[in-house]
Amino acid sequence: MMRFAPWKVFLTVAATLIAMLICIPSMIGPENREKLAAIFPSWLPPQSIVLGLDLQGGAHLLYEVDRADVVHSMVGNLRDDLRRLLREEKIAISGGIGVNPRGVQVRIPDQAERARIMPKLYGLVQVSAGPGGSGLDIADAGDGLLKLNLTDAAVESKVRRAVEQTIEVLNRRVNGLGTTEPNIQRQGADRILVEVPGLRDTNRLKDIVGTTAKLEFRLVAEPGANPGDVDMLDQADQPGKLPVEKQVMVQGEDLTDAQPGFDQRTGEPVVNFRFNIRGGQKFGQVTSANVGRPFAIVLDNKVISAPRILGPITGGSGQISGRFTVEQANNLAILLRAGALPAKLNIVEERTVGPGLGQDSIDAGKRAAYWAAALVVSYMLITYGVFGVFANIALLIHISFIFAALVLLRATLTLPGIAGIVLTIGMAVDSNVLIYERIREESHAGRSLISALDAGFKRAFATIVDSNVTMFVVAAILYFLGSGPVRGFAVSLALGIMTTIVTAVTMTRMMIALWYRYARPTKLPI
Amino acid sequence: MKLLRLAPENTKFPFMRFRRVSYPFSAVLSIVSVVLFLVVGMNFGIDFSGGTMMEVKAKSGHADLSYIRDLSDHLGLGDLEVQGFGTPADASIRFGMQPGGDAAQQAAVEKVKSALGDAYDFRSIAVVGPRVSGELVQQGTLGVVLSILAVLAYLWFRFEWQFAIAAIIATMHDLLLTVGFFSITQLEFNTTSIAAILTIVGYSLNETVVVLDRIRENMRKYKKMPTDQLIDLSINAVLPRTLMTATTVFLALLSLVAFGGHVIRSFSLAMMWGIFVATYSSIFICSPTLIYLGLRNEARSAADEVTGLGGKTGARPLSGA
Repeated sequence: MMRFAPWKVFLTVAATLIAMLICIPSMIGPENREKLAAIFPSWLPPQSIVLGLDLQGGAHLLYEVDRADVVHSMVGNLRDDLRRLLREEKIAISGGIGVNPRGVQVRIPDQAERARIMPKLYGLVQVSAGPGGSGLDIADAGDGLLKLNLTDAAVESKVRRAVEQTIEVLNRRVNGLGTTEPNIQRQGADRILVEVPGLRDTNRLKDIVGTTAKLEFRLVAEPGANPGDVDMLDQADQPGKLPVEKQVMVQGEDLTDAQPGFDQRTGEPVVNFRFNIRGGQKFGQVTSANVGRPFAIVLDNKVISAPRILGPITGGSGQISGRFTVEQANNLAILLRAGALPAKLNIVEERTVGPGLGQDSIDAGKRAAYWAAALVVSYMLITYGVFGVFANIALLIHISFIFAALVLLRATLTLPGIAGIVLTIGMAVDSNVLIYERIREESHAGRSLISALDAGFKRAFATIVDSNVTMFVVAAILYFLGSGPVRGFAVSLALGIMTTIVTAVTMTRMMIALWYRYARPTKLPI
Repeated sequence: MKLLRLAPENTKFPFMRFRRVSYPFSAVLSIVSVVLFLVVGMNFGIDFSGGTMMEVKAKSGHADLSYIRDLSDHLGLGDLEVQGFGTPADASIRFGMQPGGDAAQQAAVEKVKSALGDAYDFRSIAVVGPRVSGELVQQGTLGVVLSILAVLAYLWFRFEWQFAIAAIIATMHDLLLTVGFFSITQLEFNTTSIAAILTIVGYSLNETVVVLDRIRENMRKYKKMPTDQLIDLSINAVLPRTLMTATTVFLALLSLVAFGGHVIRSFSLAMMWGIFVATYSSIFICSPTLIYLGLRNEARSAADEVTGLGGKTGARPLSGA
């Protein structure tokens, strides 16, 4: 054990130096990073450690797609499709189409017509291709009454698609806010995690994320209209409800662009929008045919404004005014550009940390780490003397290894993660302690110095592996089950365990070997 | 230079003789922990109970705790828990789930925000809905159970089955006492506390494995030594290391408690307690369990095995085996 190939020594020293180099950018402030980039080799660009939201401040919002809303809109579509199908096929029904919580019902008295239409009814909601892939359960309740209910699979697949679409829309929206590196990802079947670091105004984020933003242009109903064709809608800028026709003339889907601006005459903030070709044509037709009538601009079932149509608007562009503030106009433009959410989102978990608290946590974590290092280092020194020096050097290398690994893996450092590192400062020396105590024992048992050193390392190794494997198992489970900050703790802990085996076993052995060769000791210094 | 030694050289403490004291003692403590948990209960944080937790800092002067407390009457948010911590300007506000689903939670946060107005900075806000908190409870429990099972499997594979059982008994003991610790101190129990508990499980097993490793080694070396003497010998041999490591980890945790800030204080305090309990149990609970489970030296012939497991006299060898 007392001989080490020079290339091994070289490799160890090189690895240590590289690890320390990787740590440097995280130690100094971002203002010096430019200078560092010039010094660093091109294959190792200076990277800083990624701080968790609890350290750099930011918002962690967990949303859930509203299943009831998804089902509700599916039922609405089913009713419309059914009505169209029956009309096209000229099927006589008695009474109207009834709506149930999970589906619709219709009475088709004629048995031959029922039999003829059945396959087409199944085809109304398709989960997968083929005849068995229908998303509908159709039950004959007698007397020609058919109950069409959505299957679980149909709802599930719709929710899954809604989550995918929502993520796309949210990405566009949050990027529109101009923040750095938002993280938007799916969690489980129906949840979406939105993480935005370093954000001051979380209310604005919540407005941007949580709004469905379904935009519709609908005519205001004239007096005497059939009440069945009219919705009474709330108004955004004044109390009272406005009667608006149920029929949607043009939808937000047909917008190609929306930008905040100012009205040329009044100077108030507005949103300018442009339609695609289909939307432009439709808008032109409607405005030509209804000059003089108020045209309601409806956002999420609320009337933003209902300006009177002064003349045909055929240019394919228009303006939404509604007594906005500048920020409201900005937000609305972002929402309209990004498109509507396919379903309502509910916020189920929110964790926001202000930048002030984050900085305080970083400072506290640093202070705790320095103190822990100082205490442990002095303690090892007074207990093991020169061997303590070796253990402390190994400890220093160990910490740089953890840090370098965190930087290279782009793992996130959280406050519990810092606690994990501080904890490994205490645990890392355990391997050294195991080895040193074993060496002492072997020496007391009458072995010569060199043989005691050898036996100490050999015998302690099995124990070190066994005890660290158990800890590693725990860290792995924490990683897979934990979330956010706790995950950061698991990463630090696991990395600490892996590097401790390298540093405490290999490096300490190397140092003791070199010491033995050059200091030529005659007795054990501990 | 005179070096520091925590443990005297070549100790010969008869640890196993303490098992008649340590077993009942730990049994009582475990029962007390369970009773405390059932009667007093833990102070579950919003991670597990759901609700809202806000940290505010007065922009100037002290945080007016009594004013904030009085808000609960005006705002109708139910029980409003207000605590000062850190500097006098800091305060934490906590209230439970509001009836009326997720939107109601958000509305409640807005109410508090507007009531406190511009006098305070909102340093952190956490709102956990009822379903998320339920899932966090499940995940936490699953994590603890899984890690124990996984480690049990590993120990079974690496050691004799008695070692695995003994290690798990010691670990359960540490877990129970940690639960008792949380119940009696009323430290907030949240997801970070689960991390603390799992780390204690890890540390406890680490300690146990070191002792067991030595027992196994000595079993091969001293085939004729009675089991309790053999265990005593092994524990005494690893005692300096046990004390040394417990101290270094303790020092690291001490720094965390003193300087790590309030966010992880309950984590650090729980860990400190855990180190203490784990060190104790690896010596006084785990090792004697081996005797009760009838661990015998290989030298004892198959004939002895017939006499069955342990019994009151433990594995005291029959003469002349």
